[in-house]
Amino acid sequence: MAISMHESVGLGRPGETPPSGADRRRSPWLGQHIGTALVGAVAGYALGHFIGNSIASGYANVQLNRQNNVATVLALTLGVVGWLLGVGALNYPILKLVGKEPAPEIEEKGWGRYFRFTLDHKVVGMQYIIGVLLFLFTGGLLAMAVRTELLSPTTHYFGPGTYISLVSEHGTVMMMMATSIITGPIAGWLIPLMIGSRRMAFPRVEAFSFWMFTAGYLVIMTALPYGGFPTGWTGYAPLQTQAVGGMDSYLVGFAVVGTGMITAGFNIIVTIINYRAPGMTWSRLPIFIWSLLAVASLLALATPTLVTGGLFGILDRTAQTAFYVNERGGSAFLWQNLFWFFGHPEVYIMALPGFGVVGEILPVFTGKPLFGYRVGAAGMIGVALLSFFVWQHHLFQSGINPDMRPLFMLTTELISIPTGFIYLTGMGTLWKSKIRFEVPMLFALALYFNFLLGGISGVFLSDVPVNVTVHGSFFVMAHFHYTIMGGLVFAFFGGLYYWLPKMTGKTLNKKLSLIHFWMMFIFFNCTFFPLFIVGLLGQPRRVFEYAQRLQGLNDFSTISAYMLASSFLVFTANFAWSIFIDPKPAPANPWGSRGLEWQSPTPVPFHNFDRIPVIYADPYHYGEVDAPDIADFDKVWATAGAGASSGGAGGGGGGFGAGTTIEGGPSDV
Amino acid sequence: MSDQQATVSRTAGGPNHGARLAVAWLVISAIVDPLFWFAAGPHMPPGDMTSSASGAQFDFNVLMMAALPVTLGVWLYFGYAIVNWRASKGGSDLIGGPKARGNMKIQTAWIASTTIVVLSAFVFGTVELIVPAGAGGGEGPQPIWTPTSKTVLPIQVIGQQWKFTYRYPTYGGFETDTLMVPNNTTIAFHVTSLDVIHDFWAYQLGVKADANPQQDNVAFTTTHALGKVTVRCDELCGIWHGAMFNYGHVVSKTTFQQWASSNETQLAAVTKLLPPFSWTYTADANGADGVYYPDNVDKYSKIQVYGAQPVSVAQAVKPTS
Repeated sequence: MAISMHESVGLGRPGETPPSGADRRRSPWLGQHIGTALVGAVAGYALGHFIGNSIASGYANVQLNRQNNVATVLALTLGVVGWLLGVGALNYPILKLVGKEPAPEIEEKGWGRYFRFTLDHKVVGMQYIIGVLLFLFTGGLLAMAVRTELLSPTTHYFGPGTYISLVSEHGTVMMMMATSIITGPIAGWLIPLMIGSRRMAFPRVEAFSFWMFTAGYLVIMTALPYGGFPTGWTGYAPLQTQAVGGMDSYLVGFAVVGTGMITAGFNIIVTIINYRAPGMTWSRLPIFIWSLLAVASLLALATPTLVTGGLFGILDRTAQTAFYVNERGGSAFLWQNLFWFFGHPEVYIMALPGFGVVGEILPVFTGKPLFGYRVGAAGMIGVALLSFFVWQHHLFQSGINPDMRPLFMLTTELISIPTGFIYLTGMGTLWKSKIRFEVPMLFALALYFNFLLGGISGVFLSDVPVNVTVHGSFFVMAHFHYTIMGGLVFAFFGGLYYWLPKMTGKTLNKKLSLIHFWMMFIFFNCTFFPLFIVGLLGQPRRVFEYAQRLQGLNDFSTISAYMLASSFLVFTANFAWSIFIDPKPAPANPWGSRGLEWQSPTPVPFHNFDRIPVIYADPYHYGEVDAPDIADFDKVWATAGAGASSGGAGGGGGGFGAGTTIEGGPSDV
Repeated sequence: MSDQQATVSRTAGGPNHGARLAVAWLVISAIVDPLFWFAAGPHMPPGDMTSSASGAQFDFNVLMMAALPVTLGVWLYFGYAIVNWRASKGGSDLIGGPKARGNMKIQTAWIASTTIVVLSAFVFGTVELIVPAGAGGGEGPQPIWTPTSKTVLPIQVIGQQWKFTYRYPTYGGFETDTLMVPNNTTIAFHVTSLDVIHDFWAYQLGVKADANPQQDNVAFTTTHALGKVTVRCDELCGIWHGAMFNYGHVVSKTTFQQWASSNETQLAAVTKLLPPFSWTYTADANGADGVYYPDNVDKYSKIQVYGAQPVSVAQAVKPTS
């Protein structure tokens, strides 16, 4: 049931009245911001390096690779702490610890707030957009380097060490990005607006997640000057134990990003469960929120395994433990199991938000309600649950005892049933609809096209006898690019085109948007479809030499990849032009959406809603003559009472429980 | 009749979209499936040089029989929707309401049919995994799906950064970097590593098994055609992973017998310098100085575990010469 928002006022203490008209314009150069964060990071890095060299300068690793892993790990860790201290992420807990009252959080204005630790989820959302784009484009440049090397089976543009570092860095950066590409920017911006809340449950935790995410970017980037790491994003031991200093960046980087993911997950769960407006029953929740609830559960429950596994790896590399060292009593299988126990839910962390986004987009542009809403929501929860029981399908050929193989084949194939629900809702919504081919809709349709190939190829991979051929080949690589890029990244851009007019109040240039879409769609498929064939014909992943006969397909893929990259230049130009250089104001609700988030004014006020809205209906009453209002924004609440606290208990669409529709006088809200 | 009237009447009375789609889907499936099975199927990777390769090819083709209609059906539906159900074509606005929100029959049918397809794929995959003795995949040190053949030729595959070598325990344990395999013979590949994890992928043989240090990962196959074999490392093992490949051959039993016997003799002096044959090996205490000894930690992985007799091909075929 929804919980009353009576006490969720402002960002300070519960019950505090929001400072009306608070408008703090301070010089962007003063106070704590990204600049002080960088200073803190450098100072922390230096301190960590000094301590590490003082306590462990005689370690064997120094002999082998002239780098002291203890110093590296401490430097990176303290660098992250310095980054957080510098930006002010830890001010609140520190002041509380020493018994001082932190300054009240009030609204900030001006561009300087985008470079600060800020508690407005809309500002954090915008920070996240730039953050994930930075990640995405960095990973994309690395991908271009990888594809360039694969232009020729014999002529090499990079040395083998550089090449494998590029591959590993590309994979890791992209995986880190993909965990947050929708849950960070779009979800962070929209959850409170979609469920009728004034804020995320834990605004400081939300901002903390973002600054951890950026710290993770800096940490993983240090891998390159440290000599890279040779393990790919999967980091398999004992290669992990053997690798040079860049491996520390990988392990610390995943721990940092992972911590951000865990905290973000808890924040999203608590917000969705506890901060829904009255009347926002479970059956009225937007499907995007359902997908986020499923994803947040995975973030909170799966990621600790990665962080712990990484910690074992760090200990192996620094304190000479032997968690993953076979000949000293450890087991390399331990890493594989821990990693994939996280890694497979991670795959769905990277799929479900995309399903949620297209679930929002389809009804708007078909003019029809979402078909099979409950089945769709159940599908997302089902995928999330099943995702914890499939991880060993990555280890079919690993030499682990084979008796569980049929079971993991079964669970893996079962997951295509709830995934199929997503197609059912999409296809049902399209049935006899009236499709408007706006840019967000094109991206949503593209997701269904692409993800189908990704999903169906997944069934081939789950079949153990076929897996013997396709495991570890470019077939796998094409498969997960079709799900993550063809699904998630397309959904992200669809979501951006859909919600940016709301977020920024500006209209994106339609012609450039269409060019971006068609380039991205066509060249994505041209890049990755040939790689299915390349994999079937015997090219393993992560190689720089391949059979001469596969050069044609590889070259086709590489040239398409260049064009795919150019599509992002079109997007960047469009973004810069339409938002900054020549902004044109967007209509309040350009797509005619019934979503709650579109009913608030643009720009959205600091506290989102002057009054907490009372929700009357789900947002999918399209194509009805007498469609009910989605919410009453002027409903005035009585003071807290038994009735209010049971708001929304009406259950499956039956409206409110008795006594919840309170027609009282002005309250303190 | 004006265009507008035509649009309205079509939407109101309307063609039977479901029937149209179903017929189109059946026609497409009826064309594409046999076309793939007969025209492309026999050429699908990894070919049919061995039992596991032809098994993988058969499985791939069977899955394609289901995947093609599903994929094309969904695309057909989306294409049909895009062409026919555009806002620009007009029509009634009253397309919402409870009917548009769900249809229990369709939802039940969808869930039932996907469940049936998935469970069939599971049963089929399990049979195809167990009956052909693990389908060429690495089964670990204690294989539970073993070949029916009473005579099995064991070949040890040793991965190390960055090459594969092969030892033939039934021929004195000599070691070579060329994989030679006799035709019409059941082979047990015992895959192990001296350092990090590699993966032995003998593409045309339909065999893939990770090479783990201190582990004997066993994979079975039975050869039934002569030809060249490409071996690639399929698990990232460091900077020269991309260059870790070599070649092998499936040859006649007689040729193999001659090759193995002459190698056993000619390499005897070198073999003496190698660590005694063992299912796994361990680097000595000094780590990287290249000295290995038989790993006595490994208590299992004796070939008797899976019930077959370790034999040389000479014993198996009893050549007349």
